[in-house]
Amino acid sequence: MTGLWYALVAIMFAVYAVLDGFDFGVGALHLYVARTDRERREVLAAIGPVWDGNEVWLLASGGTLFFAFPQAYAAGFSGFYLPLMLVLWLLVLRGIGIELRSHVQNPLWRQFWDVVLCGSSAAMALVLGAALGNVLRGVPLDASRTFMAPWFTNFRVRGQAGVLDWYTILLGVFAVVALCVHGALFLVWRNQGEVRERALRAARVLWPAMVVLGLFAIAATEVVRPEIYRQLMARPWAWPVALLALAGLAGARALSDLPAFLASSAFLAGTLAATAAGMFPVLLPSTLDPAFAITAAGAAADEHGQRIGLGWWGIGIPLAAAYTTYIYRMMRGKAVAAEH
Amino acid sequence: MTDPLFWHRVQFGFTITFHYLFPQLTMGLALLVLLFKLRGEDAQARFWVRVLGINFAIGVVTGIPMEFQFGTNWSRFSAFSGGVIGHTLAMEGVFAFFLESTFLYLVVRGEQRLSRRAHTAAIAALFLGAWISGYFIIATNAFMQHPEGYALVDGKLQIAHFGQFVLSPWAIWAYLHNMSGAVITGAFAVAGIGAFWTLQGRAQEAAPSLRMGVVAGLVACGLQLFPTGDRQGKLVAQHQPATLAAMEGVFHAEKFARLAIIGQPDVAAQRLENPVFVPGMLSFLAYGSFGSTVHGLSDFPRDEWPDNIEILYYAYHVMVGLGTLFIVLMIAAAFQLWRGTLAASRPLLWMLMLAIPFPYIANTAGWTTAELGRQPWLIYGLMRTVDGTSPRVSAGDVAFTTLGFCGLYALLAILFLFLVAREIAHGPSSKDAP
Repeated sequence: MTGLWYALVAIMFAVYAVLDGFDFGVGALHLYVARTDRERREVLAAIGPVWDGNEVWLLASGGTLFFAFPQAYAAGFSGFYLPLMLVLWLLVLRGIGIELRSHVQNPLWRQFWDVVLCGSSAAMALVLGAALGNVLRGVPLDASRTFMAPWFTNFRVRGQAGVLDWYTILLGVFAVVALCVHGALFLVWRNQGEVRERALRAARVLWPAMVVLGLFAIAATEVVRPEIYRQLMARPWAWPVALLALAGLAGARALSDLPAFLASSAFLAGTLAATAAGMFPVLLPSTLDPAFAITAAGAAADEHGQRIGLGWWGIGIPLAAAYTTYIYRMMRGKAVAAEH
Repeated sequence: MTDPLFWHRVQFGFTITFHYLFPQLTMGLALLVLLFKLRGEDAQARFWVRVLGINFAIGVVTGIPMEFQFGTNWSRFSAFSGGVIGHTLAMEGVFAFFLESTFLYLVVRGEQRLSRRAHTAAIAALFLGAWISGYFIIATNAFMQHPEGYALVDGKLQIAHFGQFVLSPWAIWAYLHNMSGAVITGAFAVAGIGAFWTLQGRAQEAAPSLRMGVVAGLVACGLQLFPTGDRQGKLVAQHQPATLAAMEGVFHAEKFARLAIIGQPDVAAQRLENPVFVPGMLSFLAYGSFGSTVHGLSDFPRDEWPDNIEILYYAYHVMVGLGTLFIVLMIAAAFQLWRGTLAASRPLLWMLMLAIPFPYIANTAGWTTAELGRQPWLIYGLMRTVDGTSPRVSAGDVAFTTLGFCGLYALLAILFLFLVAREIAHGPSSKDAP
């Protein structure tokens, strides 16, 4: 049961990264792909119906972590106190940037919110990558199973590591590029005209950079936490996920429109799922002593609670999937700008 | 200033108070917009949907920090109780937020694209999502106020009986009380803006809002007092007697206990200054008979007293006092409406317009009563607030980020008022937004 919830939490965070990932990528590219007010309204028409639902996956994933692994939620969220407050402020600015832009027709008002959207989206992509880097590298958990991460220390990955070091920054930069590719492919699928052309160009230019940074990230992960690959190799059931990621990477270059976007989604989801499969059963490693790591078994809620969770989760998630399908069906066809 | 507990409480208190200004209007307006739509008053529905859209956006972005703070600021509480309250918080996301976020877009922007029936259904779905969300949050809070259906195993809480936990009487009555409070906020906004347009000489476009606001306001104000407020008060009397004593300013146990209408608690001297009493009334309200004994604070150990008795007492009295005035105002307005003379009663229209902020104050005071009344407990009887904080987060860090929230939320408040004022000035007459 604990293993199942580990998998469900990992899948939910992966779904979050794929879904909110594309609107972060779209936001980061906003100023480049859309130059005129009309084009910018087209971009916002593409993500407008879905960005809020995408962000709900963050709350649903966090909530699931909370009841399935209370100790991991408690230690992780409090240890990253300052970085998470920054995340919250970015999400606040980004949300109002998207929602309030259309209410006033003044061009200065709109340019301001366009820049807010672009900056906060790029920063969020960086943060997601750095967050993944922190979870893989581990944090200075001590015998009390708590930690307080400073922004940075000496940029090294062992001992009293900070939130930012060479490894987490590398993953952050990789995430910015990968989510820009992902967002660009979403726009290629959803939009037309100049916006689509520029998005296609961005995807073509950034794809090789993503591959190179990805190779660096893989090599760096081998240095920082070699057991992930050893464990992944020893778990044949996880291989299809890793292969899916590779196929997605190739498909994101070779295919176009919806298939390319789905390939990019498969790449991101497969990479995260394979990483989680290699991490299991560790939820958060310690950079001080492997024995201080927070593991699934150590952090898990009781068996009865996990079974109750499975009951309502099995009803709620299909419902959520149904609404999501409905809204995507409602907005099928290319995104067109609202009247003003 | 160097006590982390103080700053954790200030941060949560400030961010939750600011956040809840928005959902209370969302939940109330969602119901009223649905009623406008069902009655065929589409222009009114369209206007209030525009206000709802702005309000909802601010509610969403200020709501995300709340979900995070359980972990960032209250990690020992989360580790202790996550096996129970993690469920209701996650269920809110899964059952309510997906529904709301999907249908909000269709409600705000989908009117041309959807059939009238489909648009009405989308409003109904949004209403449902907002009201389900409220239930799961209240169920979480109800567990902290009066835990039921749990077991304490190896120093951690777990669910023993899911139904008792999620459907506890406290959760149900607090929910109903809270939701009628939200409808009051919505109804006063709708009636007040209707009054404003009427005073401006736009009586025709204002009439549906004025009527809907006054009728819904009258019904909700009544339900707020009875049965929901009454039952909520009796639950407090039964399960949190020390809280009741502090709310009412009762320092020593009384038979035929008097209800203080006004008065100032002097906690050091353990008495109420310049009080105005109604004899026997408190015993009756708390326990249903005039002769029953109401406990005083002196019956309880000092370390189980709520830690800010003055604010608790005033907040409770502000809530009850405003609730009473709301009933009087709405009865007067409903009477004039029934006679057909409301649009000409300028003093009453002025009062309706100026009353818009007061339900926000009453709802805030009500939650202040509930949350300060729970002190010194984080989970009543199970965990003290002082034991729930994140041990590694320093007072200075929380003070710093609290200042950051103050600045950011000030910006949000200005943006909200600016945009809503534009909408109100524009009114419901035209299809287009300003």
